Amino acid sequence: MTLPEPLKSQILHAVAEDGGAKPAMLEALRLVQQAEGWVSDARLAQVADLLGVSTAELDSIATFYSLIFRKPVGQTVIMLCDGASCWMNGGDALRDALMDRLGIGYGQTTADGRYTLINSACVGGCDRAPALLIGPGRRLVGPLSPDGVAALLEGGL
Amino acid sequence: MSETLPLTGRARPDRSPHTLAEWRAVGGYASVERALQMTPVQLVDLVDAANLNGRGGAGFQAAKKWRFMPAVGTSPGIGTNYLIVNGDEMEPGAFKDRFLLEALPHQVVEGAIIAAYATHSRHAIILIRDDYRAGISAIRRAIAAAEAANLLGTNILGSGFNLHLRVHPSAGRYIVGEETALISALEGGRAIPRKRPPFPAQSGLWGRPTTVNNVETISLVPHIVAQGAQWFRALSRTEEGGTKLYGVSGMVNRPQLIEAPMGTTARELIDRAGGVSGTGVLRCFQPGGGATPFLEPADLDTPMDFGHMAKAHSMLGTGTLIVLDQGTCPVAVTARHMAFYARESCGWCTPCREGLPWAARILTALEDGTATPRDIDILRMTAAEAGPRGRTFCDLMGGAMGPLASLLSRFGDLVEAHLDGGCPIRRGLL
Ligand SMILES: Cc1cc2nc3c(=O)[nH]c(=O)nc-3n(C[C@H](O)[C@H](O)[C@H](O)COP(=O)(O)O)c2cc1C
Ligand code: SF4
Ligand code: FES
Repeated sequence: MTLPEPLKSQILHAVAEDGGAKPAMLEALRLVQQAEGWVSDARLAQVADLLGVSTAELDSIATFYSLIFRKPVGQTVIMLCDGASCWMNGGDALRDALMDRLGIGYGQTTADGRYTLINSACVGGCDRAPALLIGPGRRLVGPLSPDGVAALLEGGL
Repeated sequence: MSETLPLTGRARPDRSPHTLAEWRAVGGYASVERALQMTPVQLVDLVDAANLNGRGGAGFQAAKKWRFMPAVGTSPGIGTNYLIVNGDEMEPGAFKDRFLLEALPHQVVEGAIIAAYATHSRHAIILIRDDYRAGISAIRRAIAAAEAANLLGTNILGSGFNLHLRVHPSAGRYIVGEETALISALEGGRAIPRKRPPFPAQSGLWGRPTTVNNVETISLVPHIVAQGAQWFRALSRTEEGGTKLYGVSGMVNRPQLIEAPMGTTARELIDRAGGVSGTGVLRCFQPGGGATPFLEPADLDTPMDFGHMAKAHSMLGTGTLIVLDQGTCPVAVTARHMAFYARESCGWCTPCREGLPWAARILTALEDGTATPRDIDILRMTAAEAGPRGRTFCDLMGGAMGPLASLLSRFGDLVEAHLDGGCPIRRGLL
């Protein structure tokens, strides 16, 4: 499948905005990920082609930045803070409850493809510890107790 | 309200950002009009007189940085100067720039316009951490509205000044916040720090003179223009001007952001955050995020500004306190910080790439009771050799050594006690 049209023009717009193909590489990857959840090998090659850079160069950017996903992720990505303030306020218990309930560890996706769990640096919600980010809007949720995990996953939080 | 709390006084309780019209109704953008009637040099003098120190962590004087920026036509080569606003906030325990970006985007845009004018920049970029999606869209909306009102773009308000302002969302990695790594990132490379000198003001983005300032620093600028340098200095309790957006988190009852006069003490901030939680008794605190050395109860009444914190052998850093009660072990907290810094090292320098994971492993071994006396020697050696500035390419390594060195010097006995079966606090022995 070739690069779909809206994506193509969005990437070319980024090139104009960022002042060239190279400075727009990261934004191009972000746009692909925004549309498709992750950046596949095929897309990487197509974007490199469009930008006129080598696949290797584009991949060196894609692999450097931790939030560009080069593997498929679930529909909903959960980023659980592993910072110190969250740890002090029950972060480990929250982690265990999430892993229990989802049946996965960090970096894994549930078998039904619904959730991916990632550990994150301090998410800037230390006043709401323990905290996590969820979904495409990276919505901040916290303080979240282990008891709140079920409600969160059922969309009640 | 906004007289004594310039930074946050106009924020709404639900953090919803203002539209341009709403922002103007509370006095917004009047400072841009005023600034554009001044010369860039007059603006730098004003900010100098206000004694505004950068809020990104190092506390470098904003005016000093700005003065290095050459006027149009006086630097070799062609092209504009650049202003970059640093909104990468990823320091453990820091949650202040998130608020300023989400709740007060027009304040950031206003400050960026003025700072760009003062630094002869025709192009400005606000880099924002990817996770701050609400901040990214709030700033984008503010920019679009400002463009439509000719507060950005060509011949702003008839002044002859042109400015293009855009957002660059990042995609993870703490090192992106280091100013030279940030410049590498904006040029499309991996975010790897660069050698200084040349400093960004000489050769920064695309080899052009560049100023990098923190979101909070930039957000303060419109208020200095509006109310003057004397007023700004009078807000502070110390020599360093202004209010500070402090934060308190960790073991406190009501963790929160607190805008207060620069030089407010940790005792007051912790009190306002509802006091110490857990055991209710303070063991120690980090004054400004994960990379700042631990202080103890004896330091509770030290004014929290850059100078006083340095004299107390710590740093103000981001001004967001991390509080540990007696029931919380500083070895465990340092272990978590160290795991973070190890993960975030860009891998360029051996002491950082190899030393941080090693230190992190030893700290975990201490918690678990599997460490040996020799491990503690290795920690001491690492902190002593790699802690001082200049031993590595950038300050990530030095920053990571701050809490470690203070852990070893202030809590040496507690660290040693971990050799005998692991964390004595967790086991209820202390
Ligand atoms: C590893 C590392 C990460 C940093 N991250 C940030 C950051 O996220 N935001 C920030 O403003 N400054 C950060 N800094 C400091 C910047 O390099 C720079 O000093 C600052 O943006 C300058 O702004 P100021 O003068 O207004 O304080 C970081 C520094 C280091 C060494
Ligand atoms: S100190 Fe660490 S983060 Fe900084 S340049 Fe060296 S390896 Fe990279
Ligand atoms: S430590 Fe978890 S949000 Fe800051």
